[in-house]
Amino acid sequence: MTKDTRDELPLYEVFIRSKNGLDHKHVGSLHASDSEMALTNARDVYTRRSEGVSIWVVKSTDIVASSPEDRGSFYEPSDDKLYRHPTFYDLPDEVGHM
Amino acid sequence: MTDKDMLFDYLLRLGDNSLILGQRLAEWTGHTPMLEEDLALTNVGLDLIGQARMLLTYAGEVEGKGRDEDRLAFHRDTAEWRNLLLLEQPNGDFAKTMARQFFFDHFQYLQFEALSTSSDERLAGIAAKSLKEIAYHRRHSTDWILRLGDGTAESHEKMQTAIDELWGFVPEMFEMDATDEALLDAGIGIDVARLRPAWDAAVNAILAEATLARPEDSWSVRGSREGKHSEHLGYLLAEMQFLQRAYPDAKW
Amino acid sequence: MDARTDDLDRLEAEFQAKVDAEQRIEPKDWMPDRYRQTLIRQMSQHAHSEVVGMLPEGNWLTRAPSLKRKAILMAKIQDEGGHGLYLYSATETLGISRDEMFDQLHTGKAKYSTIFNYPTLTWADVGAIGWLVDGAAITNQIALCRCSYGPYARAMIRICKEESFHQRQGYEIMMTMAQGTKEQKEMAQDALNRWWWPTLMMFGPNDSNSANSAQSMKWKIKRQSNDELRQKFIDATVPQAEYLGLKIPDDELKWNEERGAYDFGEIDWDEFKAVVSGNGLCNRERLKARIDAHDGGKWVRDAALAYAAKKAARKAEAA
Repeated sequence: MTKDTRDELPLYEVFIRSKNGLDHKHVGSLHASDSEMALTNARDVYTRRSEGVSIWVVKSTDIVASSPEDRGSFYEPSDDKLYRHPTFYDLPDEVGHM
Repeated sequence: MTDKDMLFDYLLRLGDNSLILGQRLAEWTGHTPMLEEDLALTNVGLDLIGQARMLLTYAGEVEGKGRDEDRLAFHRDTAEWRNLLLLEQPNGDFAKTMARQFFFDHFQYLQFEALSTSSDERLAGIAAKSLKEIAYHRRHSTDWILRLGDGTAESHEKMQTAIDELWGFVPEMFEMDATDEALLDAGIGIDVARLRPAWDAAVNAILAEATLARPEDSWSVRGSREGKHSEHLGYLLAEMQFLQRAYPDAKW
Repeated sequence: MDARTDDLDRLEAEFQAKVDAEQRIEPKDWMPDRYRQTLIRQMSQHAHSEVVGMLPEGNWLTRAPSLKRKAILMAKIQDEGGHGLYLYSATETLGISRDEMFDQLHTGKAKYSTIFNYPTLTWADVGAIGWLVDGAAITNQIALCRCSYGPYARAMIRICKEESFHQRQGYEIMMTMAQGTKEQKEMAQDALNRWWWPTLMMFGPNDSNSANSAQSMKWKIKRQSNDELRQKFIDATVPQAEYLGLKIPDDELKWNEERGAYDFGEIDWDEFKAVVSGNGLCNRERLKARIDAHDGGKWVRDAALAYAAKKAARKAEAA
């Protein structure tokens, strides 16, 4: 991996809302010279079958991600908070759906 | 010419524009400067071929001689084609392809916008449907004019050369002939000559922003409405029509 | 054994346990370097194949025999470009740039599927590619949808969903031609004759000769062996050829009741090796087309970058 890639167009991550009411979902990435090009390229690349009503593009280098080593400290503490889940509570059937 | 003949001719002009430009763009497939652009340019090409199919199908029905879209696309020789000379010009480099596209996208948008209120409902419907696509084409080619014009010294030079080389094909887009006048009177067609100021305003502004010079109006060519084409169309048709011509009895 | 090797062994054992438990590996997870390199090799080869694969069909795009066929073929080739892009994008998560992958392709360090080094000579070849080549590709790709590497598996799911029309359009072309004029039928048979064996080669060497297979299966990069997939493809395709009234060019092809599968003749592996090592009819042309597009387009990409930089500078100045 020695080749000089400074002249490569930057990488953008693409997120698409497939229909109103749903979250934007990561669908992949693409290269573009700026955010405007990233947006139109995303339209051409990722919505060829009308998969979207809204597109977000973010420069890949601007994404801050948690690392797998953080998994323990980030997510495990909530594993024992079962009271945050509805099934934790025992209600009689007579109460009906709640 | 009867009214029917004139409408047929008018629809051919519109449909042929879309088909010939779509065919030219198909030549880029797999060869564009970047993969993302391959997808973008193919989208434009697909839209144009879709327009051509609707318009030629309608033209065939108006003519009433049983010619469908394919009969019209694959069994007419150069003199019977009505596409603008600009659109049959070879792709050249990416700058030239974008200059051709930029000139036409801005024209076609204005043209179809006006046609979307045609008294011919079918034509108005096709124009309205296509207008959204063309708005996107226009954005795409305009973006590239800006990038190439105001990019590097090399791209600026290439873009300026392309604009200069194609400038003389611009006036033909805004020409009015007897057919245009008659259909305008009938409320079916539109006055393309009146679109010129809006086209000029948009194009001038973009060229200026792209640091490109608007060429002098020193030359212009015309003739497509009478079937007088450049030499390039013959080769384009020879390639496009090969199978249908070589095996006229076959269905594909 | 020093502490570091110990550590590596532990990480690798944990990694394998995760793979065995059918958990997906994601980009930032620890993975053995050989796993990463194997994926980069396989995924970039896959991406290159999609992109080079645009060329043989592109050869007929300007000559498609009807406007409907032209639009379909254009959409299909566009999909292939899109699939190449999805795959490059997934491979980039492994720490290699697209430019580096292009460089490997252009210098011959990376391969692409040998099938695309065969010429498309008639319109029936477009049908045969859709029916056979895409059919084989789909057989391979369905297996890859459960690949252990998350981004690869997700790209494959997307690709499989989109490709479902590719094989059908190819078969429809073959059907139209097989039922068409005498000349069309001859073209269809000729296309089948020329594409059948190269298609079978797409599944790679026999399992007994496939050095990388065992490790890839263990890592669940591959889920089914070359021979299993090849057999699956043949069993599905033979009845389709019969329906068309076309003859598969293999005299040893016969239904084996006992195995519940078709027996078939031996692939000409010498031809396979020859084409892989550069002696296919179109190897040089295909590669040159890709290099020309990339190198020839550099001024365009440079211009886009220069323009973006100018615009950003102007915006900063204005702020």
